[in-house]
Amino acid sequence: MRPTATAPAPLLFAVTFAVAVFMIAPILISVMAGLVLNYSTGLKSGLTLRWLAQVWETYGDTVGASLLIGAGSVAATLVLGVPCAYMLARSRSRAARAFEEVLTLPVAVPGLATALALILVYGQMASFRQSFGFILVGHVVFTLPFMVRTVSAAFQRDELVALEEAARTLGASFRQRFLGVLVPAVFPAIVAGCLMVFTLSIGEFNLTWMLHTPLTRTLPVGLADSYASMRIEVGSAYTLVFLAVILPVLWALQALAAALQKRYGT
Amino acid sequence: MTASARSIGAPRWLLAACAAPAFAFFAAFWLLPVARLVALPAEKGWATYFVVVTDGRYLQSMVNTLLLSLVVTAATLVLGGAVGIYLARRRFAGRRVLLSLLTLPLSFPGVIVGFFVILLGGRQGLVPNLGASVGLQGLTFAYGLLGLFLAYLYFSLPRAIATYTAAAEAMDMQLEEAARALGASRVRITKDVWLPQLAPTSVATGAILFSTAMGAFGTAFTLASKYEVVPITIYNEFTNYANFALAASLSIALGLVTWAVLFAARLTVGARPT
Repeated sequence: MRPTATAPAPLLFAVTFAVAVFMIAPILISVMAGLVLNYSTGLKSGLTLRWLAQVWETYGDTVGASLLIGAGSVAATLVLGVPCAYMLARSRSRAARAFEEVLTLPVAVPGLATALALILVYGQMASFRQSFGFILVGHVVFTLPFMVRTVSAAFQRDELVALEEAARTLGASFRQRFLGVLVPAVFPAIVAGCLMVFTLSIGEFNLTWMLHTPLTRTLPVGLADSYASMRIEVGSAYTLVFLAVILPVLWALQALAAALQKRYGT
Repeated sequence: MTASARSIGAPRWLLAACAAPAFAFFAAFWLLPVARLVALPAEKGWATYFVVVTDGRYLQSMVNTLLLSLVVTAATLVLGGAVGIYLARRRFAGRRVLLSLLTLPLSFPGVIVGFFVILLGGRQGLVPNLGASVGLQGLTFAYGLLGLFLAYLYFSLPRAIATYTAAAEAMDMQLEEAARALGASRVRITKDVWLPQLAPTSVATGAILFSTAMGAFGTAFTLASKYEVVPITIYNEFTNYANFALAASLSIALGLVTWAVLFAARLTVGARPT
């Protein structure tokens, strides 16, 4: 397909090799450190699962919490974001464009500032402030733009506009058109948006660290705690758990992207 | 094209109803709170807004953050560009796995990146251990400026590699072949063929990299570096001194400085004839 370069490029190769080692070595070291008995001795001390067991005992609840909040973020951005994406794809008004711009601001603003703002306005409501709902709200604010942008781009496709118009002239109601024609047509984009939102939510730290309480900890919050206060083996094992949670989702995203490319060619 | 696009799909009121829940949620949980945050420093007096320039400590922190972000962005663009160009045009076994591994850190929270730098250069780290085995002492770099820089580089490179690989794949090979046939040196090809074609990608990616670096918190937090960046200052003011108004003022300053640099970059790029 694309003509590939065959001429040797020693400088580019050297840079690529150095960058690859720099990026991949820590991941490998971390995986090893979480599975050996003693980090200072290294592999000679033997492999063990005791650090993983310790992580599960101390921080097991954070895994469930992160997964639940991730699922909650996906559900919320679906319900809020898909109809909103439809409106942004169809409307020509200036208000719609302005809303679209404003909607991307939480991504540009540091998560720290958004968290401060939320605490400022809602910090006094004790039951809300101390619940997982507070963290969920922060995550939804941060991930909503990603869902809206992905789905909105799909709604704008020309063949979809034609399809919708055809359904309308044949007498379908709006609900029938939306649920029966539009949503199935943009389904790959919706799935991509869901996976993206889930990944972002699992890895979110800047917002969550400010919003959390000792009783409402997520995986990244637990990671920060373990790096500061636990042995390097425990921190590494916990990192391993994080990788085990996030890698399947990323692979699913990549497989979906490849399948979409085959189908639509962009 | 579709002249009657506004009438397709649904009447105006129905479209508004589609967006209303999202708008209500966004107004309640972002617009209103951020507006309150922006107004907060005024409660302690108008001078609070300018504390980033009047207080030497905060000014130093802002300068630190700005310098670090600029240098990291420049280094990432160069290194990411080189890797992207190399990987886009070569096919070898394991290429896709390599690309997946290189872009995997995009999903990491900053704390993991800080931990990785400690694994590489902390007291029990790989580099100090290797150095000690050949007789070099004191190669611990994780807790100083070098460690912070490498950590920021670590979380920035995946994004640059991802975008440059895609952009380099779309580069016109014919231009490059023609240049080579006319006898252009490698430097010439880089300057006159590669850089102009990759310029839009560089600007867009550079903007994202810079904004991310300016607002990064988790990485500096894990490294507990002496080189203080503004997000850490904001965190300290709020958590240790319960100084809400000051934290708000610094947040606004951080946002403004980030926006100003991006604005200046857009102007300089826009002024160049393409």
